[in-house]
Amino acid sequence: MTTPVLEVKDLRVHFLLDEGVVRAVDGVSFDVHPGQVVGIVGESGCGKSVTVKAILQIVEPPGRIVGGRILFRKDGASAADLAELDPKGAAMRAIRGAEIALIPQEPMAAFSPVHTVGDQIIEALRLHQRQWRPEGSRLSRGEARQLTVELFRSVGISMPAERVDAYSWQLSGGLRQRAMIAMALSCKPRLLIADEPTTAIDVTTQAQILTLLRDQQRRDGTAIVFITHDLGVIAQMAHHVVVMYLGRVMEQGAVADIFDAPKHPYTRALLKSIPTVRVAPRTLLPTIAGSIPHPLGRPRGCPFHPRCPDAIPGICAERVPALRPVGPGQRASCFLYHRDEADEP
Amino acid sequence: MTRYVLKRLVLLPVLLFLFSVTVFAIVQAPPGDFLTTYVATLASSGSSISAEQVEALRREYGLDQPVWIQYLRWMENLAKGNLGLSLEYQRPNAELIGERLVLTVVLALFSFVFTWVVAVPAGIYSAMHPRSALDYTLTILNYVGVATPNFMLALVLMWSAFAYFGVSVTGLFSPDFVDARWSVARVVDLLKHLWLPAVVLGIAGTARLTRVMRANLLDELNKPYVTTARAKGLSEWRLVLRYPARLALNPLVSTIGWYLPALFSGSLIVATVMNLPNIGPLLLRALINQDMYLAGSILLIYCFLTIVGTLISDILLAWLDPRIRLEES
Repeated sequence: MTTPVLEVKDLRVHFLLDEGVVRAVDGVSFDVHPGQVVGIVGESGCGKSVTVKAILQIVEPPGRIVGGRILFRKDGASAADLAELDPKGAAMRAIRGAEIALIPQEPMAAFSPVHTVGDQIIEALRLHQRQWRPEGSRLSRGEARQLTVELFRSVGISMPAERVDAYSWQLSGGLRQRAMIAMALSCKPRLLIADEPTTAIDVTTQAQILTLLRDQQRRDGTAIVFITHDLGVIAQMAHHVVVMYLGRVMEQGAVADIFDAPKHPYTRALLKSIPTVRVAPRTLLPTIAGSIPHPLGRPRGCPFHPRCPDAIPGICAERVPALRPVGPGQRASCFLYHRDEADEP
Repeated sequence: MTRYVLKRLVLLPVLLFLFSVTVFAIVQAPPGDFLTTYVATLASSGSSISAEQVEALRREYGLDQPVWIQYLRWMENLAKGNLGLSLEYQRPNAELIGERLVLTVVLALFSFVFTWVVAVPAGIYSAMHPRSALDYTLTILNYVGVATPNFMLALVLMWSAFAYFGVSVTGLFSPDFVDARWSVARVVDLLKHLWLPAVVLGIAGTARLTRVMRANLLDELNKPYVTTARAKGLSEWRLVLRYPARLALNPLVSTIGWYLPALFSGSLIVATVMNLPNIGPLLLRALINQDMYLAGSILLIYCFLTIVGTLISDILLAWLDPRIRLEES
């Protein structure tokens, strides 16, 4: 097994609001190995976006990392704990964009509308030039522009030289997301974070974007953390899956194991709610009973127990299950498998 | 872009015509005319003038003609570049307005620059440190600034300058320079006096603009493109100035069009209180005395400057915001 490029250990991100504390991420652990695609899946509000924002230390206030470690390893170097770095400091900024890059959720609004897309990529290239290009003279704007044109070509943007000078609102959704990917790849990051990169685009373009990301990952061995609520996308993209619910990891494992042998009742319920073409017409889609609790009204014990068909009376409502092995490379936090393994609340 | 500007320039004479009609109608609106006011002034000071003399004067000034004829005569003169004669001063209006107009515009521009130089950084700071001590301080100052009438502020400042420092801060020139010819020394003297009225005049606008800048920037700071820029590794100041601050400025630029005329009319009261030799007191007096060609000319010049101000703000906006620039073509 390789050394993971990223190890998230017991990460906790809380939002300190006037009304109370929202525990958006409450003890999340997972590893990302070089060249691996880790899919984080879960319903809206499960904390998957906050988790990756915490990795980059760009959680908006009043959100704060209150616990856990984010160990990031550059090649050969020892791991640095990103959670300990000053979010505004130079050390953290040298990692953002250069070592860990983000492909944001809405390509529509993710570019500034008053700067050309090329301008915004040139800025990233020149900002981190010492990191992705340790030798040579200072990168001029002209050279950076030329590199941007090449990046555009490599992510399949036609007429790249013209597109560099376009504003984001002059491009289609697919082109915008390609430009975004070009920007994320510009400084050759070790880890790419894609936060629902295909949510806002149509299905055809979505498939192209996913292919593009996968090709990129194969070619350069970039590790990818891929967030989505779409299990179909996860099946297509990820090697390893992390299933989240209310800020906690319910289950994680290799993609085949998660889809073929889901252990956690939540994972099973999620998989059951995928519509298939084989089902008889006019049957209701199975849904998960109940609804996601209010962020300030988290249930005691296992967060999923009020909606869980297999909840064990007297146990699941009292204690929080720990994430423990349930198979080779597969772990679940459920008392059905480890009745005595509870986490500290 | 060029077409856009040209279109606006073609509209300029049309607008000026409409404004001239409106201005003339408003100036003529009070009952009576210059001579009735004149007779009343004479009567109150104990002297009098015969009815025949009044009639003779009325014919001489053309005040016996219908309003539209009077308007056309004014227009005819204006077309020749002649602003007419002041009924009260019996001097050409152009001569009366000349230097005072320059001082008015200079004062407005100084106020304007003061407003922007103070309001934009203050607004940016407030938005970047919401609910900090300095943000609260600025907020309180802003409310005080908006709520204090500028003539009041002028009075308080004049009084305190005189009472505590023994300095007289009225007027725009030292006594030696009031009637002097323009020279470098006179300009320096003007600048020494100009800052206080400029600040007094600009303080309410500064307060308002700070609030607007703060609110705009707070909105922009939550936009996804800010997250993108942050995730890129830019330093906080650099990214705020380069992205959201730039976008937050756009709505401010569009206020230039009405802020300049607000400065002109605001300067009327401040100038009267602080005894500034600008166009404000002249306009006030012309309106009271129904010196209609003088008042009309001044108002028309205000209108012209307003149109130009709006045009400048539109061009600036188009230059700043490619969405506007490229939509047009």
